[in-house]
Amino acid sequence: MLRYILTRIGLVVPTFIGMTLLAFFLIRLVPGDPIETMAGERGIDAARHAALLKEYGLDRPVLVQYGIYIGRVLHGDLGKSMITQEPVLREFAALFPATIELALCAIVFALVLGIPAGIIAAVRRNSIFDHGVMGVSLTGYSMPIFWWGLLLILLFSVQLGWTPVSGRISVKYFIEPVTGFLTVDALLSGEKGAFRSAVSHLILPTIVLGTQPLAIIARMTRSAMLEVLGEDYIRTARAKGLSKFRVVALHALRNALIPVITVIGLQVGVLFTGAILTETIFSWPGVGKWLIEAINRRDYPVLQGGVLLLGLVVMTVNLLVDVTYGIINPRIRRAS
Amino acid sequence: MTPDATTAPPATAPAPRGPLREFWGYFSANHGAVAGLVFVVAILLTAAFANVLAPYPPDLTNSAVFLKPPAWQAGGSWAYPLGTDAIGRDILSRLIHGARLSLLIGIAVVALAIVVGIALGLVAGFARGVVEIAIMRLMDIILTLPSLLLAIVIVAILGPGLMNAMLAVVVVVLPHYVRITRAAVITETSKDYVTAARASGATQLRLMFSEVLPNCAAPLIVQASLGVSTAILDAAALGFLGLGAQPPASEWGTMLADAREFVLRAWWVVTFPGLMILLTVLAFNLLGDGLRDAFDPKLKR
Repeated sequence: MLRYILTRIGLVVPTFIGMTLLAFFLIRLVPGDPIETMAGERGIDAARHAALLKEYGLDRPVLVQYGIYIGRVLHGDLGKSMITQEPVLREFAALFPATIELALCAIVFALVLGIPAGIIAAVRRNSIFDHGVMGVSLTGYSMPIFWWGLLLILLFSVQLGWTPVSGRISVKYFIEPVTGFLTVDALLSGEKGAFRSAVSHLILPTIVLGTQPLAIIARMTRSAMLEVLGEDYIRTARAKGLSKFRVVALHALRNALIPVITVIGLQVGVLFTGAILTETIFSWPGVGKWLIEAINRRDYPVLQGGVLLLGLVVMTVNLLVDVTYGIINPRIRRAS
Repeated sequence: MTPDATTAPPATAPAPRGPLREFWGYFSANHGAVAGLVFVVAILLTAAFANVLAPYPPDLTNSAVFLKPPAWQAGGSWAYPLGTDAIGRDILSRLIHGARLSLLIGIAVVALAIVVGIALGLVAGFARGVVEIAIMRLMDIILTLPSLLLAIVIVAILGPGLMNAMLAVVVVVLPHYVRITRAAVITETSKDYVTAARASGATQLRLMFSEVLPNCAAPLIVQASLGVSTAILDAAALGFLGLGAQPPASEWGTMLADAREFVLRAWWVVTFPGLMILLTVLAFNLLGDGLRDAFDPKLKR
């Protein structure tokens, strides 16, 4: 087991180095001199330019620069935002809980609807329900979620007035951040109506971000279930006279869930991609919106650090999924 | 039909169908795939004849009709069937011309990704060793990063614009083509016909392109069809974020970005461009699924 885990970690190292290279060269590939890029349209005089080049170590050979950069990254120093002068890592840490809260809600939404829908579709294969689930999930999979968000705002916020258009909570509440999850913090604060407000702000972004994972999970559950339901041991269980519910819920589901769990792990990347768009539409103050703003303001250190941190998160989750999978399924462990 | 088959005594079983006929038999049995194909052809024709079909040039503004609602709503007129946008441009005409851009994006991205992907995949599959490891590790890194994030980074480096957005999407989708080609090459090279070709003195290049590549075509065609939908969706997302095609281009994602601020008072400027993206992406996905099932009927059963 330990050997399996170490191999997996070993495989991650080159990926990590590759990502640091990408982040490192990001700022150097931008056309023009990085100092001039940082100075922006105001321009900069020659003496100050030379001093800044020295200060940032940009006058040294590229390999040395990369060495210095890696050293800093490993010490948790990802530079400072050019706009706010705050350390990138601190800004990321402050905004990341908002993204996690949204992503968790979205994946729970996708699981709670997607797994039962997939199971029922498989059990009633070729029924109207099955065709409906497959049709809806293909539509969800093809959905431009930035448009989907606008449509939901049109319907639920503009026409019906049920949900707020943007933000995480109504401006009249000030909640002290404890966990960073606003729904939890609102409950802890004990302020009347704060929790309700936080939840109502979460509903539309959750649906928007959860749509693609929902489509993928429903499809995957259905096909995994269909495969398992064709196995001999299921026929045996039926022949023994077990109820259909028991066969499906206890015997089939357990094995069908193994591929589904892998797919859930792979949704992390999909969720972050979606979070960038969802947060932009709903002005959700998370890391996705932060990165888009960084691009528009040409705040390269934020972009550089943010990309590296998000890449690290995805990498770590993928590693955890791999390891968990090895624990659940000994065949995988032995194969590698 | 071979001569033997016609001279053979009338068979009890029907004569075997040609591969194309058989393929079409499987494909046409899938109604979704046929619907997807019909829509894709319709969009292709729309794009080809955009100048004839569109009632107005896409950039023509008319200061008399800002944010005019669609024809069937109060205040709308059949002069502008789907209404006008905030500076009085006909939405229908812009959507029709937008079909050109979106298809161009989808097809150009996939074409480039296929060419580069096949080249890298063939090299990785044939060379093995260090070259293979280097290529595949690089592809793994690309796959690890969230796709839109990587595309955004590339656009941030190159600067916003349609060409750069397309290049960014090519990089993001590239690993799929490299992996498919390499996997297919490795399976095929272990087969006897490759050994036979090699024994009869075929060069490495001949092996790659005339022997092995044609046999890897099926998964690549399926991936290409599904890839067009991904490319259109990703490019539209970049356009929506202001990083893709720049206004006044009538790219559907860019149109949505322009329309965002009017979401509260003009539903039509927001609804139609997104609907076109959804339908086009859906059509290519249906087509891709249908092709996959038709190429591999065993998989379906």
